Amino acid sequence: MIDFLSQPWPWYVAGPLIGIVVPALFLIGGKQFGLSENLRHVCAMLPGKTDFFNYDWKGGAWNLTLLAGIVIGGWIGATFLANPDPVALSEATKGDLALLGVTRFDGLVPSDLFSWESLASLRGIILVIVGGFLVGFGSRYAGGCTSGHAISGLADLQLPSLIAVIGFFAGGLIATFFLLPIIL
Amino acid sequence: MTENKNTVGRLLPYLLVGIYFGIIFTKSEVISWFRIQEMFRFQAFHMYGIIGSAVVVAALSVQIIKRYKIRSLDGSEIHIPPKELGKGTRYWAGGTIFGLGWALTGACPGPMFALVGYGVPVMLVAIAAAVAGTYTYGVLRPRLPH
Repeated sequence: MIDFLSQPWPWYVAGPLIGIVVPALFLIGGKQFGLSENLRHVCAMLPGKTDFFNYDWKGGAWNLTLLAGIVIGGWIGATFLANPDPVALSEATKGDLALLGVTRFDGLVPSDLFSWESLASLRGIILVIVGGFLVGFGSRYAGGCTSGHAISGLADLQLPSLIAVIGFFAGGLIATFFLLPIIL
Repeated sequence: MTENKNTVGRLLPYLLVGIYFGIIFTKSEVISWFRIQEMFRFQAFHMYGIIGSAVVVAALSVQIIKRYKIRSLDGSEIHIPPKELGKGTRYWAGGTIFGLGWALTGACPGPMFALVGYGVPVMLVAIAAAVAGTYTYGVLRPRLPH
């Protein structure tokens, strides 16, 4: 059992376990799964609001609590269920990334790109700060992120969500094949 | 005091769902920048399998909830708001911008938080930047095509 828990979980275990949360949230309190909404709630807590943030963020307390749980869950995953081996990445991906100059494959993220020290370099600033900014801007502009559109939205067969997901991939492919080779 | 207790009791299930998520995100490696790269390079089925099977399970459940008009535990009707298509500009434009950021940071909003707990504290900076991005959208919103 512990062996299974410390191994990476295969897609057919993880995917359904994630999907079942959509009906679970509806059943618990009629809530719709969508995590980027929380970024808006944080803005609504800040002073000096524009109309878009002029609402009572406490209505999103449930979602912010869920987000806090995710931090704790990440810590539990690292502390008690950690997989000692590097990510079992496909050889093709390793080869491609090595060509781009990624040298460390030991953690869940490349430690030479995502660390406090990396923020001193232009590539670190682009990956962490510009990337984060685009995630926040884009998810609110699109009205949802991977959870709200790709999972909740597609599950409800919403055409807008399908368009958004195609956009996610268009942006991801542009960044992967055109931007990363320049940045890294 | 009782009101406080009620609030805690009301929020506790969401905390537990969050913890559950954080563990799954970590153990399935969807919070890994490497896995996101592997996905965008179409070099493994892992991420497609996770997102695809999550959607299938969620879609079947949503259909059951709708068809049988199942109510939530407190007895209220479950309302699933449809998304407004409009001209659709916001979906492809916002989606593309989001995708650029997703591939750069290797994390969407949920995984960013899981990574902080996992032990990549620099993701706090990415989260702050994401809040700044959301704020910027809020300010520019009246001038953006939707």
